[in-house]
Amino acid sequence: MGHTPRSVLLRTVAVIVGTSLVLTACGSSNDNSNTTTSTSSSDSAAGSGGAGSGGATTGIVTALGSEPQNPLVPTNTNEVGGGKVLTSIFAGLVYYDAEGAPQNEVAESITSDDSQTWTITLEPGWTFTNGEPVTANSFVDAWNYGALGTNAQLSSYFFDPIEGFAEVNAETPTAQTLSGLTVVSDTEFTVKLVSPQSDFPLRLGYSAYMPLPKAAFADMAAFGENPIGNGPYKLQAWDHGNSISLVPNETYTGDRVPQNGGLNLVFYATNDAAYADVLSGNLDVIDQLPPSALTTFESDLGDRAVNQPAAIFQSFTIPQNLPHFGGDEGKLRREAISMAINRDEITSVIFNNTRTPAKDFTSPVIAGYSDSVPGNEVLTYDADAAKAKWAEADAIAPWSGSFTIAYNSDGPHKEWVDAVSNSLKNTLGIDASGVPFPSFADIRTQITDRTITGAFRSGWQADYPSMSNFLGPLYYTGAGSNDGDYSSAEFDKLIDQAAAAPDTEAGTALYQQAQTVLFNDLPAIPLWYQNVDGGSADTVGNVTFGWDSVPLYYAITKE
Amino acid sequence: MWWYVGRRLIASIPVFIGATLLIYAMVFLLPGDPVAALFGDRPANPATVAALTAQYNLDKPFIVQYLLYLKGVLTLDFGTNFAQRPVIDLMAQAFPTTIKLALMTLAFEAVLGIVVGVIAGLRRGGVFDSTVLILSLVVIAIPVFVLGFVLQFLFGIKLGWVEPTVGADATFAKLILPAIVLGSLSLAYVIRLTRQSISDNLNADFVRTARAKGISNRRVISVHVLRNSMIPVVTFLGADLGSLMAGAIVTEGIFNIQGIGRLLYDSIRRGESTVVVSVVTALVLVYVISNLIVDLLYAALDPRIRYV
Repeated sequence: MGHTPRSVLLRTVAVIVGTSLVLTACGSSNDNSNTTTSTSSSDSAAGSGGAGSGGATTGIVTALGSEPQNPLVPTNTNEVGGGKVLTSIFAGLVYYDAEGAPQNEVAESITSDDSQTWTITLEPGWTFTNGEPVTANSFVDAWNYGALGTNAQLSSYFFDPIEGFAEVNAETPTAQTLSGLTVVSDTEFTVKLVSPQSDFPLRLGYSAYMPLPKAAFADMAAFGENPIGNGPYKLQAWDHGNSISLVPNETYTGDRVPQNGGLNLVFYATNDAAYADVLSGNLDVIDQLPPSALTTFESDLGDRAVNQPAAIFQSFTIPQNLPHFGGDEGKLRREAISMAINRDEITSVIFNNTRTPAKDFTSPVIAGYSDSVPGNEVLTYDADAAKAKWAEADAIAPWSGSFTIAYNSDGPHKEWVDAVSNSLKNTLGIDASGVPFPSFADIRTQITDRTITGAFRSGWQADYPSMSNFLGPLYYTGAGSNDGDYSSAEFDKLIDQAAAAPDTEAGTALYQQAQTVLFNDLPAIPLWYQNVDGGSADTVGNVTFGWDSVPLYYAITKE
Repeated sequence: MWWYVGRRLIASIPVFIGATLLIYAMVFLLPGDPVAALFGDRPANPATVAALTAQYNLDKPFIVQYLLYLKGVLTLDFGTNFAQRPVIDLMAQAFPTTIKLALMTLAFEAVLGIVVGVIAGLRRGGVFDSTVLILSLVVIAIPVFVLGFVLQFLFGIKLGWVEPTVGADATFAKLILPAIVLGSLSLAYVIRLTRQSISDNLNADFVRTARAKGISNRRVISVHVLRNSMIPVVTFLGADLGSLMAGAIVTEGIFNIQGIGRLLYDSIRRGESTVVVSVVTALVLVYVISNLIVDLLYAALDPRIRYV
């Protein structure tokens, strides 16, 4: 009797150990089968790169990553963790260089006479890593898949400007393919848009527009686990929850030739742990710092520290239907609130200068940005002017109630919301406070359902480096992310004109005019641009952060 | 004895159902639609939302969702997370690491705690005893994350004796520092509990009787005092195993251990009810089983309990 429980226990342990061994064995055998093919490729790529370009190195770069929230399907990935992998293993029509300017990658040319019908010709000779050539169908089929409602792709709205989207992206689609897409030949296709979009080519570097090989459509779930791309790298292993390792793709013929022997994106439970690894040399590149390191990272990392504005705009939105915030009274109150906030002080005291006070509604990393858009003086702290405007508004209709800013307390928002509320309290003499919501899901649901009362925090990270991406989706009448239900005929008209503008300069001027309208109406109160904070260990060289805050991994060198 | 074990196992069935129902209800009551949150600040396409909501049964009433989940569990299908990965895979990946960490921690606090506690208890009032009491008080007062960061900075970054984080490959050597951090609080309790229990038993009637019968001091201490003193300590350690599994969230975060604490934290944040319920249920089972083991150890330590 004394022996039985023990043997049961031993057997249980054996089963558990056995199971875990089998699981790890599966994992590693997969790894091995991939390694055998890809190690040789990485060697040859590194070897030829070393001989050819001279600057290439063979070390494997390790960088902070995060477990992709979804299978690695381009049209179903809308977060940074998966995005980092997708932009490395896929080559789209264009890619963004360090300045955020689009450069042709698979595309030979993207042209249009009227900014509405676009002709895209492909450079011949591109192949996926399984040998399949990249053709016009590789793009058209992938886009049709992404847009089809029944495929439930998170990034399907990217195909919204293309003709036929409404029919395809419905709960019960009335068409299976976008009528605006036409394959002309293997190397040419045309895209007809619903309305003119002069910056359409600029969007095409986003991962939702990547091509897919035929193998993907046979079994998208399996493809998402083990994607086949045409980019500078290819997937070697995805160790779920731990890391994703990439090796150079020797068949890649584009400009983003890897200057290292591979890339290992390592996932961390906390940014604190990742930062500790950077300090001890176990991790090469970090692009997200823990709050605890914000005061020390610049002295810890020296000139390898990075702290620069990113394409992330932060604000709080005052819904149009909020009492006292409509009409002329509302305009005055919005201006007063904006002028009562000391952005310089809050960004330096609360954020240790890891935010940059806003000067407009876009971001300094976007082409066409200007810090002197007419009307942006409402972003300058001026207590006396704020008081005067508020009193003027009171003369129209006396203020009643309290001003609240809702935020999700699972993010780092409490401190600044409290600071802004105090600022309003002290300057305007009104009751102002933050309203915490327990989770991001909760606040998003209430914002979407329009059940939220009062102002709420809002933010926008650009999908592609264009001014239109910061303005259209957020403030155009009825646009998808216009959560405050702002509507201005003047603004809409300027956005339409800018989209149809014949060239970039003309477009930029129109977007600045549109911003002036926004400064007059203040549908959202601009606060600051989030910076990208990070750095690298002295083990690597040539670390540059792109316009989207993601390091240009292919350019990093490591001996 | 077997009847006793069997009865305890049968009793864990309602515990299982009650716990899963309760947890499912709590996750269900979490405000906000997890599908809407998947889109971030982006517009959520109604077609996509509808398809995803149906896929995860989120459009059905709570009790139907729960019964569907329970039906899956009975066929060993724990469902998938939002990334389409089977929950059973996620748990199979996370649990071994956490179990390893918990067992190392338990061994650390049991061995060191009992040895130090016994010595302190036998030499009550001495210099060793006083030092241990003060030191254990200090450890109890330090929050685990402070201890974790300080030791990580000292041994991992400044001195470079160990790697500051554990990562994917959780080897024995890498887990030593996290195990010490995780076990330090309980270690202090084990020391104090053992010390108190030993010194109480030293004055007990049965010890006096044993000494009066002329039994050697060594035998009196090892058989009569130690054996009886271990009952509260074993109780504590048994309950601690469960809390070590669940309480590792902070330690796993600091040392980047890919364990159950991290899986749970991430899943709660994303509102992935299937993952949360499965993980917590597994933790409930760990509690139930470790309590059962404690009860069996009681019977081994104290013959009187066997006949109840």
